[in-house]
Amino acid sequence: MKANAAYLLHLADNAVVLGQRNSEWCGHGPILEEDIALANMSLDMIGQARLLYQLAATRIGGDASEDRLAYFRDASEYRNYTLLELPHNGPLVGYAVADRDYATTTVRNFLYGALMVLLWDGLQKSADEDLAAIAAKSLKEASYHLHHSRDWLIRFGDGTEESHARAQAAVDHLFAYSEEFWSDSVAESAAVDAGVGVDLRELRSAWDALVDETLTEAKLARPEVKGYLPSGKNGAHSEHLSYLLGEMQVLARAHPGGTW
Amino acid sequence: MNATTLKDWPLWEVFVRSKQGIEHKHCGSLHAADAAQALHMARDVYTRRQEGVSIWVVPSAKITASNPDDKGELFDPASDKIYRHPSFYEIPDEVGHM
Repeated sequence: MKANAAYLLHLADNAVVLGQRNSEWCGHGPILEEDIALANMSLDMIGQARLLYQLAATRIGGDASEDRLAYFRDASEYRNYTLLELPHNGPLVGYAVADRDYATTTVRNFLYGALMVLLWDGLQKSADEDLAAIAAKSLKEASYHLHHSRDWLIRFGDGTEESHARAQAAVDHLFAYSEEFWSDSVAESAAVDAGVGVDLRELRSAWDALVDETLTEAKLARPEVKGYLPSGKNGAHSEHLSYLLGEMQVLARAHPGGTW
Repeated sequence: MNATTLKDWPLWEVFVRSKQGIEHKHCGSLHAADAAQALHMARDVYTRRQEGVSIWVVPSAKITASNPDDKGELFDPASDKIYRHPSFYEIPDEVGHM
């Protein structure tokens, strides 16, 4: 059984966009050890993306390749969650420059990490054996990512007055974006129907339990979510994605096929 | 996190056991708020090239070290006692790894 390419691209786009976003901390981490940790985790995600793009390329056929899929699709063709493309700070317009906020980085990594531990675990049983193998490898990485972000979130939330305030602000800003996890997309529905994908709504109670338990330990409040539902996985992105892709894709587009 | 807090983080010595190794070897040090965090950070800093299968972290302040000025009296007297090395024996093969 083979997963549809659109489902693989959704998973790959998530991984590459957050990997690229977190790599912005490389050389700018709050402390040396965190700088290295974030770069390690970015490389884990870029590694996951590569495996998924390679698999998608074989399913698409023709001249598809991992580089073509990563570097030569525009923002509107990307299918990642909007949450993952947002900058490392509060609400901003796309061209704004502001100091990165590590609480924002940590909360996003936690919300996504909690999902991916559950999703990769489920995908280990995918009827698509290639995808199941990628899931088994990625689950170990995601488990560490979750452990890392959860640890920092508790330290921030249950830390100083300032760290608590910044962690709560990041939770308040980002939490609504996690609603997208539970919404529909054609690619996911097709994958679930074919037995190769996981229905995320079945993971929701486990995700809620993990998130609630962590927020309680961190002395943080879970905000009420209502109104706007982001839909990056259907191609409707925030203004931040094209800036991120611009930086990620510029070299490959300036020198197509270049090697070193 | 302000600069004072960072500066107050204690120093930890990191020991890593490699896949082939039977003992943990000292590989460096780092600053961390507590032991659990030190272990996390040691994983990211010192084992990202597959160096290890086990990590120990030890508060640097708990280590009592010899004084470099005492090097002469502590170590030089051993330099002419070659008979203390087991180099005058044939080790039978059956003994295996020592």
